[in-house]
Amino acid sequence: MKYLLVLLICLLPAFSYAGQAKDLAEDPVLEKRMVALAQNLRCLVCQNESLASSRSDLAKDLRQEVREKMKSGMSDQQIVDFLVSKYGDFVLFDPPVKKDTLLLWYGPFALLMIGLIGLVIQLRKRKTQISEVVLSAEDAQRAAALLNTPKDPQI
Amino acid sequence: MMRFWPFAAFVALAGFLYVGLSLDPHEVPSPLINKPAPAFTLPQLHDPAKMFSSQDMKGQVWLLNVWASWCVSCKEEHPVLLSLAQQNIVPILGLDYKDKNEDGEAWLRSGGNPYTLVATDKDGRVGINYGVYGVPETYVIDKQGVIRYKQIGAVTRENLQKKILPLIAELQAK
Repeated sequence: MKYLLVLLICLLPAFSYAGQAKDLAEDPVLEKRMVALAQNLRCLVCQNESLASSRSDLAKDLRQEVREKMKSGMSDQQIVDFLVSKYGDFVLFDPPVKKDTLLLWYGPFALLMIGLIGLVIQLRKRKTQISEVVLSAEDAQRAAALLNTPKDPQI
Repeated sequence: MMRFWPFAAFVALAGFLYVGLSLDPHEVPSPLINKPAPAFTLPQLHDPAKMFSSQDMKGQVWLLNVWASWCVSCKEEHPVLLSLAQQNIVPILGLDYKDKNEDGEAWLRSGGNPYTLVATDKDGRVGINYGVYGVPETYVIDKQGVIRYKQIGAVTRENLQKKILPLIAELQAK
């Protein structure tokens, strides 16, 4: 009786496996391709999730749409173009460089340049403000006296 | 003068953030504006044996309102659509999106029906073609079948008066 119970407990993990990976299509190669593509696409409902990981209804539908388009022989690029034509560049996690996105892509570098130019101007200005100080003979003597005090032998 | 610059930069940044607060990240500009509305033929809600085709609307300005009985904001815009329908300015075509026929019909029976006709998009394929990502969404389509405006979210009296109605009048005059 005891052994039977132990055996049953050992078998438990086998049952917990049921119900997993329901979304997977019959074709694992196609599914892999779909997931790889969908990882770079944004789900429009929960906007910080990818189309591959989102559980919203729309994401589910769009994954199905992508699968069907792949089955019909469309290339990844054609599918991405289709989705962009419907939902805009916003579906791309990696937005293309074009007129509207120039600020997005190069804005940070522009800010960096402005900062650097400001820094250079500041430093140059400071250079002109600091004038060389020439020590008078008296000051030089005092300095020499301070620097050359004999060491205390006791320390 | 130089001491003033960091303050100016701060004010500019604060200004950007303030504007950012009032923007709704859920409003994604549609790339379909000024593009031909995707053609579709779908069964009608009240008589599934009959079909509705978007081609039938050629030659008139019309509204395509995507809704569903399960959609909460649709209930919010419903009275606005009802009063617009009473004014008889423009035909409002409904697209019942991913809904059960009986649920859609029941909702229109109890809440009133502002639609000239309702088509059903059960699997959401037409919705994908129109770039629908959250109901309700409303499209203004002109006589040539080109999408001129898309309202994301509920139609309010305010944006009806300010945007949609003037646009319809302009398109109808063409």
